[in-house]
Amino acid sequence: MNFAKKLLAALALVPALVLANEGGFTYDKAPDRSNDMAALQHGAKLFVNYCLNCHNASSMRYNRLKDLGLTDDQVRANLLFTGDKVGSMMTTAMNPKDAKAWFGAVPPDLSVIARAKASGSGSGSDYLYTYLRTFYKDDTRPNGWNNRVLENAAMPHVLWELQGVQKIKTKNVQDPHEPGKTIHQFDGFEQVAPGSMSKLEFDNAVADLVGYMQWMAEPAAQTRKKLGVVVVLFLSLFVFLAWRLNASYWKEVK
Amino acid sequence: MAAFKETKLPADAPAAKKALGWVDDRFPLTKLWNDQWGKYYAPKNFNFWYIFGSLAMLVLVLQIVTGIFLTMHYKPDATLAFASVEYIMREVPSGWLVRYMHSTGASAFFIIIYLHMTRALLYGSYRKPRELIWLFGFAIFLCLMAEAFFGYLLPWGQMSYWGAQVIVNLFGAIPLIGPDLSLWIRGDYVVSDATLNRFFAFHVIAIPLVLLGLVAAHLIALHEIGSSNPDGIEVKENLGPDGHPVDSIPSHPYYTVHDLFGVSVFLLIFSCVVFFAPEMGGYFLEYNNFLPGDSLKTPLHIAPTWYFTPFYSVLRATTADFMWVLMCFVAAYTVFIWLKSRLARITKIIIAVVALLAIVGMLPQVLDAKFWGVVFFGGSVVILAFMPWLDHSPVKSIRYRPSWHKIVYAVFFFSFLVLGVLGTLPPTEGRTIISQVCTLLYFSFFLFMPWWSTMGTFKKVPDRVVFHPH
Repeated sequence: MNFAKKLLAALALVPALVLANEGGFTYDKAPDRSNDMAALQHGAKLFVNYCLNCHNASSMRYNRLKDLGLTDDQVRANLLFTGDKVGSMMTTAMNPKDAKAWFGAVPPDLSVIARAKASGSGSGSDYLYTYLRTFYKDDTRPNGWNNRVLENAAMPHVLWELQGVQKIKTKNVQDPHEPGKTIHQFDGFEQVAPGSMSKLEFDNAVADLVGYMQWMAEPAAQTRKKLGVVVVLFLSLFVFLAWRLNASYWKEVK
Repeated sequence: MAAFKETKLPADAPAAKKALGWVDDRFPLTKLWNDQWGKYYAPKNFNFWYIFGSLAMLVLVLQIVTGIFLTMHYKPDATLAFASVEYIMREVPSGWLVRYMHSTGASAFFIIIYLHMTRALLYGSYRKPRELIWLFGFAIFLCLMAEAFFGYLLPWGQMSYWGAQVIVNLFGAIPLIGPDLSLWIRGDYVVSDATLNRFFAFHVIAIPLVLLGLVAAHLIALHEIGSSNPDGIEVKENLGPDGHPVDSIPSHPYYTVHDLFGVSVFLLIFSCVVFFAPEMGGYFLEYNNFLPGDSLKTPLHIAPTWYFTPFYSVLRATTADFMWVLMCFVAAYTVFIWLKSRLARITKIIIAVVALLAIVGMLPQVLDAKFWGVVFFGGSVVILAFMPWLDHSPVKSIRYRPSWHKIVYAVFFFSFLVLGVLGTLPPTEGRTIISQVCTLLYFSFFLFMPWWSTMGTFKKVPDRVVFHPH
């Protein structure tokens, strides 16, 4: 009996063992901007102004921004910094060799980055939303910045003028693995210099930017879902007809 | 051969009938249709499980058609491949739809084939006289795996790149020729443009050609012997006055409309994935694969796509420590064969010699665990081919087997699923032990089948199929 109980207990553990997650950084949930055209346009503006100086979005054509309600003339007048035609791709003028020398790594292409960064810990948007808001001053780093999500990131805090400068606070806590020792644990951020935006404004701006990057990662996403509804409705009708057709033939099979 | 004779039709016969007569005199069109489908008599008691054959056919066509359109825009070049997929997703009209249909179709194909094989296992569809149907099907499964593997490199994402790297490196575990063999397969020291080009050739023409030939053979063999059914009864043993089995009905129109209903339900589910969840939570399109392949950045966790993970788990379960368990297992199994089997003495001696060589080979000083991992990885697939000769049960269908056989099948399917789930996750100590237990259960199911499949009290198989009119 005792053995059977133990066996049952061991079996009950199987799913837990199989699916046990090895913990990780929890991302902040990115606000949904997928249906907010004004926010996405604002995001596009931020993207072109701040990201495109170093990063490419080489699969993204400028005048695809039409899908966000912008006209060719608006794009040409306000957003076209790196290309010369609205039909050109969003590429940076920075030479990859220089980039490697300046940052230690070539900045990755951002066309589909919002899809690539999805993981068990959250969507790609959640990752970017958290990443872009958790830069802090760290004088031990070559460029003076570090990041909570991507430790020792090669990227400096490009949005610092907006967010201002923050440092991390730590507190000493017991090491859970080695009794008697203390470790430094992250205990929130401390604003050391104000930016041009309040915390709320900055969070909103980053949400718009991330919303844009999510849109850019799959510009067809909205079309896909809209078409999907029509297709599913049509197929539901087809299922019904096929079901009745089948039933009427099989009625005669004895 | 009789001399050629033109069929005489009355002058006022419809033009279509005349045309068909003209063709039939020169090519067995009507005969082919009637033999393969129109007048092909199939048992009338097919249930839900019998829908997957026609669905597999549908998905095959879907993959070929969408594949042709993708080939028109895709660039098999290491520097252009990744961007060309994004080009299809953005610039090609409806390109995203074709691409999602193809990527979802790959996973759908495996779901359908796994369910199709489950059906065969449950109802003994592989039993005599359908061994060749099973073997053709098994070869189709191998081709499908090759097709999926070659195709998965083409988007040239991180997972494509490193998945291919890992699998090609497996050949390196073969003694003596291994390293040269994997170099020959890649055409370079790492997965590169040369690899991409040859994988493209295999994916778009070589494997599909073989696949189509095998599908034709599978169907010809099936329609020659006749379909099995959930009761495992040979319906041809009970013919009616019209010369057709009394428990059968012509496929057309009955199974035509039946399959059409199955197709409609499948397309509905398939569309829900294509339009609302094409990534399927990172299982159908892996997140990491949205980063271009980079030979200098190894991802922390490389997992094959979900349909390979049960077999991949077997590979990972074969650790150096586990070799000792496997040696004991091989020794015990050999003793078991000597005591229990009725094989000829010479066969037993051959088995003993092979087992002894294997045990020596499993010593850490002889061949390393990586090699044996590859052997068991391959073995876990190939062992399926032997089903017709491993199953000695007096009845075909699970319906008339002893009830406890159902538990054996349940344990087998459960271990296969657990292996599949574990294969998608990074290994931990606990997970490795679970995968080792499941590996042993998986192989035991097959290796001891000649004995357990004959044990217990079998139920009486009825003379006629069980059929409830709708």
